[in-house]
Amino acid sequence: MTVQASGPVPSRRLVDGVLAGDRRALARLISRAEAGEEECRPALADIHRHTGRAHIVGVTGVPGSGKSTLVRACASAMRAVGRTLGVVAVDPSSPFSGGAILGDRIRMGALAGDPGVFIRSMASRGALGGLAHAALDAVDLMDAAGFDTVLIETVGVGQDEVDIVRAADTTVVVSAPGLGDDIQAIKAGVLEIADIHVVSKSDRPDANRTFAELKQMLLLAQVPPERHIPVVATSAESGEGIDALLAEIDSHSSFLASDGRLARRRRRNAAARAVKIAEEMVRRRYAAGDSTAMAAIVDRMCARELDPHGAARALLATLDEVAP
Amino acid sequence: MADQPAIRVLIAKVGLDGHDRGVKIVARCLRDAGMDVIYTGLHKTPEDVVRAAVDEDVDVLGISLLSGAHMTIFPRVIALLEEAGASDIMLVGGGVMPDEDATALRAMGVAELLLQDTPPDAIVAAIRRLVAERGPR
Repeated sequence: MTVQASGPVPSRRLVDGVLAGDRRALARLISRAEAGEEECRPALADIHRHTGRAHIVGVTGVPGSGKSTLVRACASAMRAVGRTLGVVAVDPSSPFSGGAILGDRIRMGALAGDPGVFIRSMASRGALGGLAHAALDAVDLMDAAGFDTVLIETVGVGQDEVDIVRAADTTVVVSAPGLGDDIQAIKAGVLEIADIHVVSKSDRPDANRTFAELKQMLLLAQVPPERHIPVVATSAESGEGIDALLAEIDSHSSFLASDGRLARRRRRNAAARAVKIAEEMVRRRYAAGDSTAMAAIVDRMCARELDPHGAARALLATLDEVAP
Repeated sequence: MADQPAIRVLIAKVGLDGHDRGVKIVARCLRDAGMDVIYTGLHKTPEDVVRAAVDEDVDVLGISLLSGAHMTIFPRVIALLEEAGASDIMLVGGGVMPDEDATALRAMGVAELLLQDTPPDAIVAAIRRLVAERGPR
């Protein structure tokens, strides 16, 4: 398929291309989803009906923990056993200019030229939680295009950006050695969401300590997890641990496949996704709504006539007057 | 959330050319102008960058060359873009080259050549102009 330079191709006409694995159609629909154009919604709805086949693996961790490098190593290993994969790599947008430097490809090496791999870099554009607004649309599109596995690499997260766990079938949390003590390991947040822990850069001398601290943290869990949570030490440099990680990902996938666990997890993720989109819709309706009504409510709150929750309830009441 | 979509630019270093200070500065300038800039790193092949430009669905493919190989690499990239049905991705060159080569490359279909001493504002303006002239796609 050729996308003509003369006038945009309607999104719905790109759907068949995506389903047939056409890269240009896939790439273009991701761009439209990212732009948030209403025009592409029916096409994405068509695409959604063709999803659910790919295994979705989320990779998260602090900045510089080695997520991109690990994704490359995993992707190479998956390619070596004949699996195809899509990668959605999210990097942060500048809060000032809105622009972004998307550098995850630098680590992708030879994969960039492999037709069995589709890598898409995406700017977070102010979305909180470690993903971008259109990241899950991109995952849907890659799934529908027939890739066996879709890896989502989040932005480098802090301690509390845990959206990935509501997006992935399997969540891998990457910790690098030397970034914190054992108190970091007992804090709530990102470390709790892992189906699999990875200690990256295991060739470094202090990696053992990070490994031991994570193990210790997992032992202290008061409520035993449904499944033993493995800790895998990897070194992208030497290749150590990559096959073990792949085996753990597969093992988690098999675990999900039993007793309806995958369906339950995906149902939970679907609910989270719908709520997130609904929140965004509400936000947009405020932006498009009657600013004088909103100003009146804010004035009353500033005059201490309304408390913050009362103001919020009044704001919600104004929504009914705005067309969706 | 129908934001104004950011202009997407893929910036690449192709071939045996390890000089990436300039290209990183350009990437930063474009970022500060609100664009999404995908940087591929050094030593890419024309095949790598065209594949990446297609998958990333960029508006502009910017190739920085300080190695003198421009008369070999740009024609190859143009051919590969055509082969991929992606001639709507605009090719922009940066680096150092003789004026007559720049003229020849424009004739071959390089949309813009932004050579040494081009101020950052002019780079931003040129990319915005190219995207505006192309229109929506």
